[in-house]
Amino acid sequence: MTLASHFSYWTTILLLMVGLFIVIARDNLIKKLIGLGIFQTAVYLLYIAPGKLIGGVAPIVGSGFAVYSNPLPHVLILTAIVVGVATLALGLALVVRIKEAYGSIDEDEILAIDAQDDASPTPDHEGG
Amino acid sequence: MLTQHFPALLVVVPLIAAPLIVLVRRSLPSWIIALLATAATFGIALSLLDRTLAEGTLSYAMGSWAPPLGIEYRIDAAGAFVAVIVAAMGLIVMPYSRVGIAAEVRNEEHYLYYALMMLCLAGLLGILVTGDAFNVFVFLEVSSLATYVLIAMGRDRRALMAAYQYLLMGTIGATLYVVGVGLLYLETGTLNLADMATRLPMASDSRAVLAALAFITVGISLKIALFPLHLWLPNAYAYAPSPVSAFLAATATKVSIYVLMRYFFSIFGESAVFDARATGAILLGLSLAAMFIPAIVAIFQHDMKRLLAYSSVSQIGYITLGISMDSVDGLMASAMHLFNHALTKGGLFLVLGGVVLRCRGASFDRLAGLGQTMPVAAFAMVVGGLSLIGVPGTAGFISKWYLVSAAIHLGQWWLVGAVLASSLLAVIYVWRFVEVAYFRAPPADHPPPGEAPLSMFVPALLMIGGCVYFGLDATWSSEVATRVAEVLMNSRSGGQ
Amino acid sequence: MRLDIILRVIAKLLIPFALVFALYVQFHGDFGPGGGFQAGVIVAASVIFYALIYGLPAARRVVPDALVEILLAVGVLIYAGVGVIGLLLGGNYLDYFVLAGDPVHGQHRGILWVELGVLITVAAVMLKVFYVFAGRRRDAGEGGE
Repeated sequence: MTLASHFSYWTTILLLMVGLFIVIARDNLIKKLIGLGIFQTAVYLLYIAPGKLIGGVAPIVGSGFAVYSNPLPHVLILTAIVVGVATLALGLALVVRIKEAYGSIDEDEILAIDAQDDASPTPDHEGG
Repeated sequence: MLTQHFPALLVVVPLIAAPLIVLVRRSLPSWIIALLATAATFGIALSLLDRTLAEGTLSYAMGSWAPPLGIEYRIDAAGAFVAVIVAAMGLIVMPYSRVGIAAEVRNEEHYLYYALMMLCLAGLLGILVTGDAFNVFVFLEVSSLATYVLIAMGRDRRALMAAYQYLLMGTIGATLYVVGVGLLYLETGTLNLADMATRLPMASDSRAVLAALAFITVGISLKIALFPLHLWLPNAYAYAPSPVSAFLAATATKVSIYVLMRYFFSIFGESAVFDARATGAILLGLSLAAMFIPAIVAIFQHDMKRLLAYSSVSQIGYITLGISMDSVDGLMASAMHLFNHALTKGGLFLVLGGVVLRCRGASFDRLAGLGQTMPVAAFAMVVGGLSLIGVPGTAGFISKWYLVSAAIHLGQWWLVGAVLASSLLAVIYVWRFVEVAYFRAPPADHPPPGEAPLSMFVPALLMIGGCVYFGLDATWSSEVATRVAEVLMNSRSGGQ
Repeated sequence: MRLDIILRVIAKLLIPFALVFALYVQFHGDFGPGGGFQAGVIVAASVIFYALIYGLPAARRVVPDALVEILLAVGVLIYAGVGVIGLLLGGNYLDYFVLAGDPVHGQHRGILWVELGVLITVAAVMLKVFYVFAGRRRDAGEGGE
């Protein structure tokens, strides 16, 4: 249970915290998405690192190889990466439209604009 | 026989409908495909509930790879019960959508709306039917990604911000869930939920399992919108197109609650979750906070959709309260309220959708004098409101009754007081609507008296009628809910 | 971009090889690392490369928007369709064993079709995302998710 023997776990935890901190602390909507990306990437590491056996090879049966890495975490994370890509693309698309609708990608400014609208309501904002 | 494939078809039918809709593109044919697919899905869900009640757990090996190596679809009475709620809501929202989205979504985007609804339905049903922990995550994200886009389709530009916030919170929730599953996988070496449940007792003292429990609970609670993780919900419900609000209010959070129940009772086991740790106390505290604080916030809203959204957060508190009791009675009350609240809140949002269409807004200014301009809709809203309060004769009463009797059974008399007190808060926020609708003059530019279009009005009244029906005759719902609670409680010890 | 003759010539030289490599990755997925997902990304990347050098309108002439949207749905249908065929032939959903007389051949055949579906959908989705983002200001007013 030394620091070095759990190196990959410490990295995972650090990245999780960094990602979550960016999501919470930044006002810029794109920076928030970057934080979200780091947060998700940390999880990929959590799965991938234990799947690697030192000296293990790709799990394709061949003569001369006895130790294989576990392929399942990689498959799972391939799926998670696809999900992450979809989330990021959707998030960025939303930011583009928020920028067009509000003229800003700063969360505080957008909330201020909304609060202003609440104070003096004007009918129907077109989102697109 | 086709019926043996129903666990797979439950997900496959809407999943195939989605690309078909993208291919046809035109509004009317895509609506017809969506309608047929939801009708078929509902039939499949009903037949699955019927079979699981009679035969117990159904297992289906995807691609004929035997579990636990292959992916298993596994459904029992609890999953089938929630699946029926989801599929029924889909079937009710589909006819409603035809007119319901015309005002809010541009014509050339209609097919995208239907395709996304199908994906959302497939994702939600997939969560219920799959027996694989990672699959739950994938389906959770399929339904969530579809949901984010559906919310962003709202006409108000705030819908965009609501969708963005939900995307952040939802993704964090799902990612936390994946961390939990990863820890469980490292500890047990399997992703099959049933297999995991049998292997976990050997490792139940490990700190990794404890961390997994924490990660999964928090992650899923974000999706449930359990107080204080509910911040995404009010805006998401308020600015989404009306049929989407109704569909989400009745299904999305309910499915997540099912996942939480599954993990608590079937996977970790109640002794690991409740007896050994303070999970029950934490959940109890949060449920009580959810029953009161959002209900008080709801009283101060000026927009009916937001009021209903906050009321949803508050009602979720009752469901988790039942879970936190850790008894068959409590779980049964939870399952009952899950069903009854889906019925009530879905119905209220559907009625409100028709009102919004005619009054061009859900703010109290626009709704003033609704009792004169749309008498039937206003009355339906009041009936739904009574069910939210839990007045005898409505569905809400039945589930609160079971909740209270479960609390009495445990000797927790003060919980009875808490449920009653929070119902009083519901009286206040429902009264606000009554006051606006019946004791205020309509706005100057009010619409001529008349009701919403028939295709919207009939599904909405069906739901509100259901509220009253299941309030008067709760035999079916209480029997099924009892079975659900027993299945959940026994699934770890005996039912495997 | 019109005068960058080196870029234009190199692009024309590279893109066919990129597409062939995509096919290699696709079919080699049966025996080694590879598969429809990676191949689909390579296909999409080569079209995006073309769009970067020759401009978005040129790329849209080669691979029109409507085609991308059709392919996007067709890929999913191929995938789901393989599952339904397995079901019709008496197996479970996504059962490849029954697709041919010999179970091993059935597995080969099933994964071939499924990966084809994945290739088509992944390539189409990547392109769709690129088109929607890149064409955002160009066709303002035409929204896109």
